[in-house]
Amino acid sequence: MAATSSPATEQYNYDIVKKFSVMALVWGVVGMLVGVWIASELAWPFLNFDSPYISFGRFRPVHTSAVIFGFGGSALFATSYYVVQRTCQTRLWGEGLANFTFWGWQAVIVLAAVSYVMGYSQGREYAEMEWPIDILIEIVWVSYLAVFIGTLMQRKQPHIYVANWFYLAFILATALLHTFNNLAVPVGLFSLKSYSLFSGPMDAMTQWWYGHNAVGFFLTAAFLGMMYYFVPKHAGRPIYSYRLSIVHFWALSFMYMWVGTHHLHWTALPDWASTLGATFSIMLLLPSWGGMINGIMTLSGAWDKLRTDPVMRFMIVALSFYGMSTFEGPLMSLKDVNALSHYTDWTVGHVHSGALGWVAMISFGSLYHMIPKLWNTPMYSQRLINVHFWLATIGVLLYITAMWISGIMQGLMWRAFDDFGNLQYSFVESVAAMHPFYAMRAIGGMFFVTGMILMAYNCAMTIRQGVREARGAAQPAVAAA
Amino acid sequence: MLDWLAQAENAKPLGLLIFFVTFCLIVLWVYGSKKRGERLEEHKHIPFLDEDEKDEANAHGKKEINPDRTHLP
Repeated sequence: MAATSSPATEQYNYDIVKKFSVMALVWGVVGMLVGVWIASELAWPFLNFDSPYISFGRFRPVHTSAVIFGFGGSALFATSYYVVQRTCQTRLWGEGLANFTFWGWQAVIVLAAVSYVMGYSQGREYAEMEWPIDILIEIVWVSYLAVFIGTLMQRKQPHIYVANWFYLAFILATALLHTFNNLAVPVGLFSLKSYSLFSGPMDAMTQWWYGHNAVGFFLTAAFLGMMYYFVPKHAGRPIYSYRLSIVHFWALSFMYMWVGTHHLHWTALPDWASTLGATFSIMLLLPSWGGMINGIMTLSGAWDKLRTDPVMRFMIVALSFYGMSTFEGPLMSLKDVNALSHYTDWTVGHVHSGALGWVAMISFGSLYHMIPKLWNTPMYSQRLINVHFWLATIGVLLYITAMWISGIMQGLMWRAFDDFGNLQYSFVESVAAMHPFYAMRAIGGMFFVTGMILMAYNCAMTIRQGVREARGAAQPAVAAA
Repeated sequence: MLDWLAQAENAKPLGLLIFFVTFCLIVLWVYGSKKRGERLEEHKHIPFLDEDEKDEANAHGKKEINPDRTHLP
């Protein structure tokens, strides 16, 4: 095995990692604030202020795009560029191209948000961007692939560490999904509108093949790459089983691609396709839990770190939420359970236990580990990290508990019949029953976003401290020269 | 042959068989040999080979941040 000798700050391209890390924090604050706003709109509708620009329909994709692609995407760009350099012990390939991925990706998020507020949307969940933005994403993504593979090819370490396999699978799968889900014919060269190449159930199936694999490869595989580097690194001990990580990778890659149809149970989709999706969803439980156990067992023999280190706590709680949501997902993919859960808030709660509990928490832990190293200074406040941890944990719990109760209640009310065979409740009665839980969800979101703001402040102060120290260290050197 | 493959009822079980056998071969490759297993497990130490804490501390003339985090195989 190769090892490095020159200082990390000189050997690696940290500039691009820093830029993406800062933007992950910015988009995290913006996206989660918008999320809290739309959650509050559902609880207290006067917050629409009769303006179409901030109505739920237009603001919802602003929230999802800002948190998934802005916060999550920037965190993934940052950590993948950091991990691939450090585990390959080589500098990032294609500095100019890497910079292009930064500016291109930020342009995508801004253009998408502006277009949604203006009322432009493809109407495809998590792929609402209109065709010109889709083309920009394609160009940025191919550049990302080139930078990542270029770096892997010039590695000094003979073996490619498993975290990079997960990142590469995420980049390749996302390219495939984005391309095929967005095949469309524009209405005109100067029109933002376009028609999908698919129609009817085929269109729905393509969309949910994309939609669930966006969860599988963007929100799971990529963040597992993050986990496989940052959990061992922060714990100061290697991953529990490297062999298990290999099986985890291949099993996950084989199975995820098949499960999208569980989003379309009880629709016009052929029954075999629906059953296939449910079967693979159940099988996915094995690799998912294998990976979770691998991550958690890494801390075996050093559990005391959980008492003293809030960053470690973020990572282990993230893995626990990963385990919980990958148990809940297969459960909800069963046709009979889905008959109750689909179209209800249970789905919203499930998504957020994964998105807030797993994706956001592992990102927080990784960023808290990485930012002090990038700016070569300790975190400004450990206490603020601890406060952030508890705000985030309480926030997620409030959120998902509210949505479980609301969702199951909704499902039961919609299917209840009276003695004469008529529906027992009108739709508006179910909406009225959900109100307290909508308020509870908004409050949960407020907890979570407060933690995010504290993190942004803590990181900003850390960066300022690092910049000051670097200037201080540079001045005597200049004076001596 | 192509005509046979073009039929969904033939292509689907064949695809399943290929993927399943490939996956079994991967599991066999990973867990089949003790010697190979030990070699694979060696790779788990890669994140610790860059010795970042030590390097950065040396580069800036500081005390090592956390010496017990430097795990070399």
